[in-house]
Amino acid sequence: MKITVNGTAQDTAAPTLDALLIELGHGGAKVATAVNETFVPAALRPEQRLNEGDRVEIVAPRQGG
Amino acid sequence: MKGIVWKSSPLGKGVEMPIYYDTEVTSRLMLGTAQYPSPAILAQAFRRSGAGIATVSVRREAGGARAGQAFWDMIRALGVHVLPNTAGCHSVREAVTTAQMARELFDTNWIKLEVIGHADTLQPDPFGLVEAARILTDDGFQVFPYCTEDLVLCERLVEAGCRVLMPWGAPIGTGLGLNNIYGLRSLRAHFPDLPLVIDAGLGLPSQAAHAMELGYDAVLLNTAVAKAGDPAAMAEGFARAVEAGRLAYEADPMAPRDMAAPSTPVFGKALL
Repeated sequence: MKITVNGTAQDTAAPTLDALLIELGHGGAKVATAVNETFVPAALRPEQRLNEGDRVEIVAPRQGG
Repeated sequence: MKGIVWKSSPLGKGVEMPIYYDTEVTSRLMLGTAQYPSPAILAQAFRRSGAGIATVSVRREAGGARAGQAFWDMIRALGVHVLPNTAGCHSVREAVTTAQMARELFDTNWIKLEVIGHADTLQPDPFGLVEAARILTDDGFQVFPYCTEDLVLCERLVEAGCRVLMPWGAPIGTGLGLNNIYGLRSLRAHFPDLPLVIDAGLGLPSQAAHAMELGYDAVLLNTAVAKAGDPAAMAEGFARAVEAGRLAYEADPMAPRDMAAPSTPVFGKALL
């Protein structure tokens, strides 16, 4: 299945957002997520099914002004 | 964290400090965390300024990088309040989603709401700002809106639930200081009891002192400190200026006048 992760095309077999995070090496990391511009809380990631063409954003704390 | 200690200052314990929503912060400085030469210099700048609030952001994380965790550990070690922003967001949806992600990451309801309307000036989009402020307030956020000094906009933001306003002094990163003194003075007069923070545009401590002399409650700095040759020294310079400006405001300054008035008594001068 082709999806976009942080603006980059990605092939994945992960059925859920939770599985995708583990596949990409984010397991246990301090990240927040959105799918198709909608926030997905950490607790709901295991239920968040991924579909062809989904746009996933994975963000973390950074410097800011 | 041990902040700067004012040995001879009357401003200390017992003096009213800004209260943002329900939280009293024992400093009138907010400091950004971006653009420092190193994390160590960032930490020094916080120590020497005594800043009580650190602004932070959320950005994309590469798989396995764990950069976010390292940064978060460093910020937590500063022992200050954390104010996440929605910097770079140009739409209501972007800002709202970013705020929701920030709330989860930083475990705070505070959000410095930026909805940018103009690419060159980074001027806030007042219409999107009010809409996003309403959505976020309804969702339980405590919104710190980055706004202009426009009175009507600020009234709308308060109606939307904002209990603090953060007007710009000048466009972000310019160091131009306070571009509209009249507008900022009007805003202070119009909202006498609301915490008002100058957010953006300050380049020099004298400008921060001026903001405090106008009765503003605090200033938010980033570029002016981070891009100084010696960020930690500049941070302390700003802290002293904020202290001086606030003292002056509380001391009730004299009214300016056009004509000279002798300070030395005229009566009793020898006739020569």
